[in-house]
Amino acid sequence: MKRDYLILLLVTLVAFTLPMILPGDYYVEVFLFMGINILVALGLSLLMGYAGQISLGHAGFYGMGAYISGALTAHLGWPVPLAALVALVATALVAALVGWPTLRLRGHYLAMATLGLGIILYILFVQLKGITGGASGLSGIQPVHAGDLYLDTPRRYCYLVWSLVILAFLFSLNLVKSRSGLALRALHYSEVAASTLGIDVAKYKLQVFVFSCVLAALGGVLYAHYITFISPETFGFMYSIKLVVMIVLGGMYSLWGALLGGAFLSLLPEFLHRLEDLEVMVHGLILLMVLIFLPGGLTGLIQKIGEKIRGSS
Amino acid sequence: MAQLIQYIFAGLTMGVIYALTGVGFNLIYNATGVINFAQGEFVMLGAMLLYTLQEVLHWSPFISLPLVFILGGVVGVVFEYGVVKPLIRLGVITVIIGTIGASVVLKGGAMLIWGKNALAVEPLISEKPVAFLGASLNTQVLVVLVVTAIAVAIFWYFFGFTILGKAIQACSVNPLAARLAGVPVERMITLSFCLSGALSALAGGLIAPITLVEYDMGTMLALKGFCAAIIGGLGNNPGAMVGGLLLGVMEGLSAGYLSSGYKDALAFLVLILVLFWRPEGLITRGKGERV
Amino acid sequence: MVVLDARGVKKSFGGVKALRGVDVTVQEGTITALIGPNGSGKTTLFNILSGVLPMDEGKVIFMNREIGNWPAYKRAALGIARTFQNLQIFQEMSVLENVMAGGFRHTSSGFMAGGLSLPKVRGEMRALEKKALKLLEELELTPYAHVQAGELPFGIQRKVEIARALALEPRLLLLDEPAAGLTTKETLALARFIHGLKERSITVFLVEHDMDLVMGISDWVIVLNFGQKIYEGTPLAVKRERTVIKAYLGEKRAKG
Repeated sequence: MKRDYLILLLVTLVAFTLPMILPGDYYVEVFLFMGINILVALGLSLLMGYAGQISLGHAGFYGMGAYISGALTAHLGWPVPLAALVALVATALVAALVGWPTLRLRGHYLAMATLGLGIILYILFVQLKGITGGASGLSGIQPVHAGDLYLDTPRRYCYLVWSLVILAFLFSLNLVKSRSGLALRALHYSEVAASTLGIDVAKYKLQVFVFSCVLAALGGVLYAHYITFISPETFGFMYSIKLVVMIVLGGMYSLWGALLGGAFLSLLPEFLHRLEDLEVMVHGLILLMVLIFLPGGLTGLIQKIGEKIRGSS
Repeated sequence: MAQLIQYIFAGLTMGVIYALTGVGFNLIYNATGVINFAQGEFVMLGAMLLYTLQEVLHWSPFISLPLVFILGGVVGVVFEYGVVKPLIRLGVITVIIGTIGASVVLKGGAMLIWGKNALAVEPLISEKPVAFLGASLNTQVLVVLVVTAIAVAIFWYFFGFTILGKAIQACSVNPLAARLAGVPVERMITLSFCLSGALSALAGGLIAPITLVEYDMGTMLALKGFCAAIIGGLGNNPGAMVGGLLLGVMEGLSAGYLSSGYKDALAFLVLILVLFWRPEGLITRGKGERV
Repeated sequence: MVVLDARGVKKSFGGVKALRGVDVTVQEGTITALIGPNGSGKTTLFNILSGVLPMDEGKVIFMNREIGNWPAYKRAALGIARTFQNLQIFQEMSVLENVMAGGFRHTSSGFMAGGLSLPKVRGEMRALEKKALKLLEELELTPYAHVQAGELPFGIQRKVEIARALALEPRLLLLDEPAAGLTTKETLALARFIHGLKERSITVFLVEHDMDLVMGISDWVIVLNFGQKIYEGTPLAVKRERTVIKAYLGEKRAKG
């Protein structure tokens, strides 16, 4: 466990020095968006790795955060922190509403329910033209600012994003070490046994689900207030799939999987940009290949390598 | 009144597809406990294959449709051996993610092979629309209903009265006992996958002339087919049929009388309501258990 | 004092009537055994009493509290613990963590507190660890504290599961075929151990096939057959009872 905090320290150091040494705004932006992806992925990692559930609608929650906060600032001129808070609370409520009936059931109904929810949200993003601007998108979203200090340059926003990423990881690591983490790990290995020890399995799954949706919404808020213009395609089914691929690739059973998977997949488009049409298939293939040949993902691979090194020394 | 009949029949047609997709889900769920997220893509492939056979190769629809059924079966078996079998040892959740991956690969592959645009497929019988109770019905609608009715009858007979059908059911109820009774469980599971693929592909082939055939049509179909299965109780085939028809008619009516932009939302709403209220399914003998 | 009182418990699976109205009373501080031939419904009854399976009809009262069809986690909170015949230990957690998990009901910090790593949370977890270590010592499991539970031999895993159940500090301990898969030597040690639980004021209720174990340590034996209670009494009385012998006729008095 202590090792995890050391890794976090290392990540913090990298996150704060990298923007200073990267050769230009474009690369800083790549790092910025990578941070947002990782933030969203972290929530999903907790959900999949600890609660053992899949969400196929996280793009929808991401979008909820972006649209609610964006619209409140663009149409009603609300200050960003307030708009963001409302967006997070609203997302938490919707998540609870959907999660409660589905997580009570034994089985994997959440996956289908979130698939549906993600699609519905996308439909809403397109249909509610008055609020979201429909397919043409929503513009005029306020950037983040405290008084006269505007956080709208890539470097400054990058620090904002990565600060939140670090904090989210810190929270998650603490959680795993706590009573809740013990309960989650227990229910992961045996729901029946966990329930006989007094663990309300459905409740814990719901808590993790809501938390993961809030993190997704937070990512959406960060995205909207940097780009100041959003449109529905960003929040479609494909992004939900990408998130799942991030987790599987990085490794489902470690929070760091979100970091590795998120980093890798955020960089992938940079290499694929001429082969855009292949994007869909490539993601599916990565998912299948990793599952069949490398079930522990990248973090699993690193662990195995680490064990081999320790074994031979 | 004519409008109502129109909406109902439009709804029944799609409902039949949802029903068949739901049965496809159930077959795989009953055999392995896995919810197959690529089920919608099986239907999509059926539609795409019909397009290729009928519109590109110009084969007669009377050959193409049965061929699509057979090819669907092949897809089902390939799916079992390529995706499910390698992953089953890692647990159900991993297999489910695997089916998600497969669905994405199939979708991406379809996009590369057939392109991003919607494809047009000729109906089985190119006749003028038929008049029925004042409403004007597309002949393909009748084809869909008739073929499905035949398929359902065959299924009913198969599962209810043949040894093979009962063997498959035995495997899902108690694999160990079935094995001890001499049932070749692995082969029954493969047969289930085969039937699931075939049925879904058939559904796709039937619907191709009257709907938008696109590479990403599978996702919504999976959702709605799953909804049909849940309404009837996951694992309950007759239930899925009823559920699918119900869903289809509800959709048809809401698209007609309310707004068509939101009609896809209906399936999701129904899903959540059923899960909230009666997760075992509205028709009893389903398998949804509460923790 | 009556710790557990179940009346008229009925359970059917489709057309099969597993339990046809069973009454069970467990006295405080005793070791009560539930026996019966295969298919008698004893496993079903056991699962109902532990909250893992809901009953169709009946009344269950624990320490003067009606718990009806309460789910397992609520029963655990009241002090009912159980083990599993097919072992449900947390395979990839260490022995220490397994036992710590057992003490769950004595902790209370929530999600937010956990994430913020509030002092209360850290204190709770430290206390949990201390208690677990003490329990491990009592059960001679200390050398295995940091070993992954799944890598241990079966007999030790059994012990770990019992330790985990004990960490709950139960009033009633439900043991599900605890001797299954154990050697004669291990069974003897188990018998001594269960007997010793009386000193911790833990009431024990067990389902078991091993007649030597049952007759050796039980204060009271309840016999089921075909979903009904056919007899109950002291081990000696049960051994002699004709209906019981008849129910087991043809079955070897073998272990597990």
